[in-house]
Amino acid sequence: MATKKNNTIKLKFDSARNLAPAPESKSAAKIDQQYDLFINGKFEKPQSKKYFATINPATEEKLSMIAEANTADVNKAVVAARTAYDKTWKKMPPAERAKYIYRIARMIQERAREFAIIETLDGGKPIRESRDFDVPTAANHFFYYAGWADKLEYAFPNRRTEPLGVAGQIIPWNFPLLMAAWKIAPALACGNTVVLKPAENTSLTALKLAEIIQEADLPPGVVNIITGAGATGAAIVNHADINKIAFTGSTEVGKIIQRAIAGTNKKATLELGGKAANIIFDDAPLDQAVEGVINGIFFNQGHVCCAGSRLYVQESVFATVVRKLKDRLETMILGDPMDKNTDIGAINSKAQLDIINKYIKIGQQEGAEMYQSSCTIPKKGFYCRPTIFTNVAQSNRIAQEEIFGPVLAIQSFRTDDEVIEKANNTPYGLSAGVWTDKGSKIFNLTSKLRAGVIWANTFNKFDPTSPFGGYKESGYGREGGLHGLNAYVNII
Amino acid sequence: MATTEKRLEVLKTYKIYIGGQFPRTESGRYYVATNSKKENLANVCLGSRKDFRDAVVAARNAFGGWSGRAAFNRGQILYRIAEMLEGRKTQFIDELIKQDATRTQAENEVNLCIDRLIYYSGWCDKFQQLFSSVNPVASSHFNFSVPEPTGVVAAIAPQGDSLLGLVSVIAPIIAGGNTCIVLASATKPLCAVTFAEVLNSSDLPGGVVNILTGKVAELVTFFADHMDVNATVFCEADTATQKMIKEKSALNVKRVVLYDKVKWATAAGQSPYFIMDLQEIKTTWHPIENIGGAKAGY
Repeated sequence: MATKKNNTIKLKFDSARNLAPAPESKSAAKIDQQYDLFINGKFEKPQSKKYFATINPATEEKLSMIAEANTADVNKAVVAARTAYDKTWKKMPPAERAKYIYRIARMIQERAREFAIIETLDGGKPIRESRDFDVPTAANHFFYYAGWADKLEYAFPNRRTEPLGVAGQIIPWNFPLLMAAWKIAPALACGNTVVLKPAENTSLTALKLAEIIQEADLPPGVVNIITGAGATGAAIVNHADINKIAFTGSTEVGKIIQRAIAGTNKKATLELGGKAANIIFDDAPLDQAVEGVINGIFFNQGHVCCAGSRLYVQESVFATVVRKLKDRLETMILGDPMDKNTDIGAINSKAQLDIINKYIKIGQQEGAEMYQSSCTIPKKGFYCRPTIFTNVAQSNRIAQEEIFGPVLAIQSFRTDDEVIEKANNTPYGLSAGVWTDKGSKIFNLTSKLRAGVIWANTFNKFDPTSPFGGYKESGYGREGGLHGLNAYVNII
Repeated sequence: MATTEKRLEVLKTYKIYIGGQFPRTESGRYYVATNSKKENLANVCLGSRKDFRDAVVAARNAFGGWSGRAAFNRGQILYRIAEMLEGRKTQFIDELIKQDATRTQAENEVNLCIDRLIYYSGWCDKFQQLFSSVNPVASSHFNFSVPEPTGVVAAIAPQGDSLLGLVSVIAPIIAGGNTCIVLASATKPLCAVTFAEVLNSSDLPGGVVNILTGKVAELVTFFADHMDVNATVFCEADTATQKMIKEKSALNVKRVVLYDKVKWATAAGQSPYFIMDLQEIKTTWHPIENIGGAKAGY
């Protein structure tokens, strides 16, 4: 029997590891020893009198101390937001509101480098990502929504809108500044005021944003940024004078919030977990698809709610794709997030690393076959090698549950209907990916996959004009674009 | 034959409607629907949790086909429902009168229901255009967002009236491509069952609309906590029940839609925004090849 010809030669990437270090300088960023709560336009000491440390997950070094807001602090912030809403913000001509938001966008752009460095130091993501994605996209989000403020009457056919009032916003640690932008920009544009809480691991860029908000001369109380952990978030969710809860985070906490606000008139948008299927058909351009899969699962160390964590490969190209993935895995540079060559930075926290390692163990115990890149791991800090599993069953926990780390579960399929069935067989519905050269097949898949964002021949793309959000247990409501306005208005 | 002899009226059996069929409740239970004069109108199925679960299975099975139909086709079927209702107007008017309406009220209600169905028939292939967008992303991608149906909807019809509330709730749900299980008004259930007969003769696929009769207090929990239901609609101002529904719905992040302030008999009782209450927005991305840099010149 003639041996089947390989369609590619294995490329040698040995030299990639030996790139000279290209670290970004920390000197361009100023981090204070201690940060207070940003309430009513001023930084105030917490009534709790407590502070907690925030560390650099890449080195485990302490970066700063962050104030912990208790119920009294939350209340103070809500009162400030309510007063600002009643006295200033809702009365302000929308075009003026717009100009404040534009101003914030511009100031983020001016200080982009500083934001990128702090984002990477505090969260562990590669500087290339915070520099090229997080920070510019955050600025663009403000810029986009600023322009909506005086055009809302065009957004909802035959209806008028009114703002909701005070929005309580709770954001995750995976895209700290960007999530703050996703929350604050549309809320302000629609005429609401804000109490925002960043995740306790990654408060710094939100607090830097508070500095910008102060500099931009936004009326006091329009945006309040308070820090703390779950208890602070609960105090926001349960505060009686908040009209709207916007939450991005785990499905588990999302459900708790949905229950907590059940007896109230609070509106909510929930952007929760995911277990996205990334589907490669045999006619796909495989090298592009492999790049897309790599970006889909290893972008931001896999700390992405829409990460393509389940890969379905059509049987006839399964072996080729897996081999190419393994080759590509070997070329990925894991290490110092501040190095501009780094592909995979630090896992955001020790706790998250433990969760990921737990799932890696579960995957092996369930009988899946593990492959990890052979890269070395820095001695200090929290790191996880890029990991793929083959021989995965649909019922395996690594194929069902959100891991939120650089772990990919690969399965094969034969027919279109089979893969649609498998891809949709999950309680989640945030995103999905399709790789094929055939246009009609793309639209068959994109219309039958039950998810809020479908990437065809691409993955993990985001834009301020593009609505983002889930079906099913991935939450409800949209952020971004025209549809993102809906989350912050009453339609009357 | 002697025509002076009084003919015995054939009474109708009021059954529930699941998967395009009219079974009795599996529980074998019934209750007597009465009017304000305490006249017995009919023995009505006292629907059970099992009936509800069967209906969810039927609705789930019907979802793929119904949501996958051409929007134009859904519009035609809604129009057909209106036609069928028009043809059986007198039956509905009689039933409404039995259930305490005056003739004028009854006629108005049925007319409004027919017109409302026509209204939503027209929206079936239009609301998507109104609420979609092509998004001008900054990268080299084509990107668009469209509404898609949320899925299986469990709705408790407005309890205060027999037909108008039911039709006003069902029409936007199915116009948008969802399938549903609807609990009829417990005190005025007659028209709901007769409306099921209208649906059944309107080319509406079985399982798209399932209608149960029974007690809200007994069944509402299941409408809120069933894991294969995507959304719950509730129209009463009962805050304790609203709270319970929202709490139970968190089990699988159901969408909860409350219509306690809607005046169904007014113009505000119909709008494409009711359709949008049970839609998800799907955004699709695809790269745009940009090789060679050719520009449109003229």
